[in-house]
Amino acid sequence: MSPEKQLEKLVNDENPEQYGQGRSPMQDAYREFRRNIIAVAGVIFIIGILLTATFAPFLSPYGFAQQNTLNNRAKPFTGYDITEEYAEENCHWYNTPLEWGCTTFIAGSDALGRDLWSRMVYGTRVSLAVAFVASGVSVIIGLTYGTIAGFAGGRVDNIMMRVVDFLYAVPTLPIIIMMTVYFKALARRGVTTGFMGTLIYLNKSTGGLLFVFVAIGALNWLGMARQARGQVLSYKEKEFVEAARAIGAKDGHIITKHLIPNIIGPLLILESMAIPGYIYTEAVLSLISLGVDPPTPSWGAMINEGYSTLRSNPHLVMFPGVALTLTTLAFNFMGDGLRDAFDARLRGRKL
Amino acid sequence: MLRYIIRRLLIAIPVVLLVILATFVLVHAMPGGPFDAVGMKAMPEHIKIVLERRYGLDKPLYEQFARYVFNILKGDFGPMFRQPSQTVRDIIEQTFPISIQLGLTSIVVGFVLGIPIGIIAALNHNSLLDYIVTFTAVLFRSIPPIVMAPLLIYVFAVQLDWFPVAFWGAHPPFFLGFIPKLNGEYISHAFLPVFAMGTGMAAGIARLTRAGLLDVLSSDYIRTARAKGLRERTVIVVHALKNSLIPVVTVLGPLIAGLITGSFVIELMFAINGMGRRFVTSIGQREYFLQTSLVLLYGLILIGANLLVDVMYAWVDPRIRYD
Repeated sequence: MSPEKQLEKLVNDENPEQYGQGRSPMQDAYREFRRNIIAVAGVIFIIGILLTATFAPFLSPYGFAQQNTLNNRAKPFTGYDITEEYAEENCHWYNTPLEWGCTTFIAGSDALGRDLWSRMVYGTRVSLAVAFVASGVSVIIGLTYGTIAGFAGGRVDNIMMRVVDFLYAVPTLPIIIMMTVYFKALARRGVTTGFMGTLIYLNKSTGGLLFVFVAIGALNWLGMARQARGQVLSYKEKEFVEAARAIGAKDGHIITKHLIPNIIGPLLILESMAIPGYIYTEAVLSLISLGVDPPTPSWGAMINEGYSTLRSNPHLVMFPGVALTLTTLAFNFMGDGLRDAFDARLRGRKL
Repeated sequence: MLRYIIRRLLIAIPVVLLVILATFVLVHAMPGGPFDAVGMKAMPEHIKIVLERRYGLDKPLYEQFARYVFNILKGDFGPMFRQPSQTVRDIIEQTFPISIQLGLTSIVVGFVLGIPIGIIAALNHNSLLDYIVTFTAVLFRSIPPIVMAPLLIYVFAVQLDWFPVAFWGAHPPFFLGFIPKLNGEYISHAFLPVFAMGTGMAAGIARLTRAGLLDVLSSDYIRTARAKGLRERTVIVVHALKNSLIPVVTVLGPLIAGLITGSFVIELMFAINGMGRRFVTSIGQREYFLQTSLVLLYGLILIGANLLVDVMYAWVDPRIRYD
């Protein structure tokens, strides 16, 4: 047996599942990522939140808007003062092993006597929706814009990037706040016709989330557009693109089949690092009552509601605050882990 | 360089005009006016007409806009509708220095804490100290100010009673218009808000400094410097440090922009009478001039910050030339 064969056998014996084949860069990155315990813990936590959001009705004893006004501002782990019929009628956990949750506030109750635990569980839906929809919007707009600019090149590129530079100098958040105020004022007026009416209807049916998406999406595609353009510029001169062009591929084909598959990975990793910022922006908007509409529970809105009674009822702020922090932490761990994994791959290739 | 700065400032003029125009149109497009007295008895129609004429609100919008821009050039930012004894300029003069103090103190704290911590972590790469610093940095980066502020208030102001809960400890007149006296009153009031804003920033800066320094330390010219027999301290301070700060400078722009965002959360929660709080509390009212002027001010801060970052970028990285 030649030394090369011996070495190959040694390598393959260590990884029997990959016998006879090399490892792709993707698999390398995956291995690197899996070795990073903290990043994996972050992913597991995010999956946990996803499950919580999906099965929110089963994980919360009461509905998020259900008031029990005799029991407002109850401390955590104190009992309800309610009748058995009430619990039987309204509590999702009645006649289950978790029945104690029907008579005990796990996380206390807020000023309107709503079960804080139930609101926190439903609050995961808002945060996750913002995390994924906002980053989706940002990637779609930024990728389209940046790819067109980078691919077209020349004067088009110049003009499109000047627009981005221009928008960078605009204080987006204050203007977004003004726009949200404008939309909310129109919604209060009950505008139901035309384009604005449709928007307002959509916003209402998502509990006020649409405007949050619009606000965050409008804020965050600029960086993505710059990155996408840079990536396209570096890839469009590569040999495989030239080869595709040589056999007569159309521009659209080159963009969708050759350029975007190559640049989407790094862009998604970059985007995953922006997610904590989106979750935070939603919380800030909700804090100043411009986010979700009541009674939709969002962690930021809950902090806003509980903040005025911080001295006597700190749990109203601390529970949503801890949830917000842990989620941010999990997304940060995941983003850092992803970046490290793919960076290591690039380093390895260079050496 | 001077030519570059002047060109940038000239480009900024249309940006600023567009920002004012967008805000101006937005606030005027909102349903209801400043004299509709929301929640109170409706104002008699004839009084409303007189008041609107008094403030020039009956004129066509383009004329109002032109007059507003012209007045700004003269230093007049317009009147307040709900507080007729004050003008928008008075409000800005009261709140702007406070926001600048809060923001600048936080930036200083962020750098003074962040850079040394990052350097220490990088010099002890892969040691226990490095892991502790890295982990703490991620932790502090992940506690949003919106959570940090109530936590600090509850623990250090309500329970331990070490610091006052609200308000701001500096009073005009300020040195150079914004530098406060660094006395006990200022520090006790500023400690918690600055902590809430500065630690997240310090964590981010420490992380970038660490990564930048690690990157630089493995480069050839550092090996050369060591091979020459330079002392380790000289290698780090003279050769490595400046280059390792390039990534830190690149995030300065977003950091300052984030500070504008962050400051109104902090100002709201600590009841500091700053610009951000003023902006947020005025959004439900129809204070046309106040809102437009504050957005304009935010725009100016942002443009100034971006320009500063680009100038600093050329300073730390001499390969960059703006011509």
